[in-house]
Amino acid sequence: MTAVDNTSVVLRYFAWLREKTGLNEERVTLPPEIVTVGDLLSWQPTRGHPFDLAFAKPEAIRVALDHAHAKHGTSIADAREIAFFPPVTGG
Amino acid sequence: MAVRVSTADFDISAEMARLTASDTAIGGVALFVGKVRDHANGEALAELTLEHYPGMTEAELERIEAEAQRRFQVSASLIVHRVGTLKPGDNIVLVIACASHRQNAFAAAEFLMDYLKTRAPFWKKEVLASGEARWVDARESDDMAAAAWESAQG
Repeated sequence: MTAVDNTSVVLRYFAWLREKTGLNEERVTLPPEIVTVGDLLSWQPTRGHPFDLAFAKPEAIRVALDHAHAKHGTSIADAREIAFFPPVTGG
Repeated sequence: MAVRVSTADFDISAEMARLTASDTAIGGVALFVGKVRDHANGEALAELTLEHYPGMTEAELERIEAEAQRRFQVSASLIVHRVGTLKPGDNIVLVIACASHRQNAFAAAEFLMDYLKTRAPFWKKEVLASGEARWVDARESDDMAAAAWESAQG
């Protein structure tokens, strides 16, 4: 298997990102040029409505790869499930 | 050591008794309960709904708990966090930290809350008495509290 293949990933959305996209989750095959979390955040709004609105401010969006927080520079190569959400507000 | 995410309320006395029953080396138990306030930014609150990320939430709480155990020699701990729709006065979160000495129990409980508030994937949505619904914004002060532990020794 090469570092970047065409296997699909599950994208999940929480809180206002779930409401704005209208999706709990979806399975997508990402373009091969998407390598990092930051690439993915830049790609999302290019998918058109409603992703352009939901991802208008990518700096306000947090990302988790397979249930672990990830920074914008982190590689997504091995991720099976990628989640998008606003900063957390529990407790 | 335990973490639990639940729609149900918790019984503080029962949880504490269960946690401390088998360990008489425990000298101090610090306990924090977070509750739903009846107001939000000066406006009357009708209810609060908590959403979370099943799977990641438990994993993150376990990571936070393990870190508290390592830093403060916690001998027993518990994090219970409620999800779903809650009313003013309802309990949201219970944190219990047990240690040989009170300083570690206090510090561990505070550490658990500070990290939980910035790392565990929970989101609050407020419904005001006026009917307006809005997602709660993260607070910079919570990030600063967690960052202070990063720079602290441990």
